[in-house]
Amino acid sequence: MSILGAVILSIGLFFMAVTAVGLLRLPDFFTRVHAVSKSETLGIALVLIGLTLHEGTTLVSLKLLLVMIFVGFANPVGAHVLTRAAIRTGLIPWRREANQPEAGEVQR
Amino acid sequence: MTFFVAVAAVILVLSAIAFHRVAFGETIYDRLLASGAIGTNFIVLLAVIGFIFDRPDMFVDLAISYALLNFIGAVAAGKYLERHGSDEAQEQHP
Repeated sequence: MSILGAVILSIGLFFMAVTAVGLLRLPDFFTRVHAVSKSETLGIALVLIGLTLHEGTTLVSLKLLLVMIFVGFANPVGAHVLTRAAIRTGLIPWRREANQPEAGEVQR
Repeated sequence: MTFFVAVAAVILVLSAIAFHRVAFGETIYDRLLASGAIGTNFIVLLAVIGFIFDRPDMFVDLAISYALLNFIGAVAAGKYLERHGSDEAQEQHP
C-alpha cells in the first residue's frame, strides 16, 4: 500500500466521520442534508481515489473511478429530491428564536 | 490487508452512528436521508471488502449495482412523498 494512497483514504474516512457527526448533532432536517450531500460525496470520492492509487492502472481502478463519478452525480440529486419533497409538504426550517415553531414540526 | 480491515471497521462504526438517526429520527425525511447515507457508506465498504479478500474485480461490480439501486430508491421515495405528503403533514392538516 503506497503512503499517498493511505493518506488520501484516511482523509476520506475523516470526511465520512464528519457526515456521521453532522447527522447526529445538527438540529433539523435541512441542516442534516447539508452534512450528507456535500461531506459524504467528498469522503467517498477520496476513499475511492485512495483505493485506485493502491490498485494501479487496471480495469478495477477504472470501475472505481466510474463509481466515484456516478456517486458524485447521484448523491446530491437524491438529497435535492428529498429536500424538495420536505419543503413542499411543509416542513419548517429550524430557527434560533424562541418564539418560532419547534424544529421538525410541520405546517402547510 | 490489516489496514483494509481497520478501514472496514471504521466504516461500520460510522454507519452504526447514522443508524441511530434511522431508528430515532424526528421526521420521515431524516430517516430516509440517514438510510441513504448508510447505503452510500456501504458502496465504499463493498469496494474495501473486495480488497480484503483479494477479489476486487468481483466486488467492484457489486458496488456499481448497489450504487444504482441506492440512487433509485432515494429518488422514488422522494417523489412519492412529494406527491402524497408524510404522516406528519396529515396530522397537522387532515
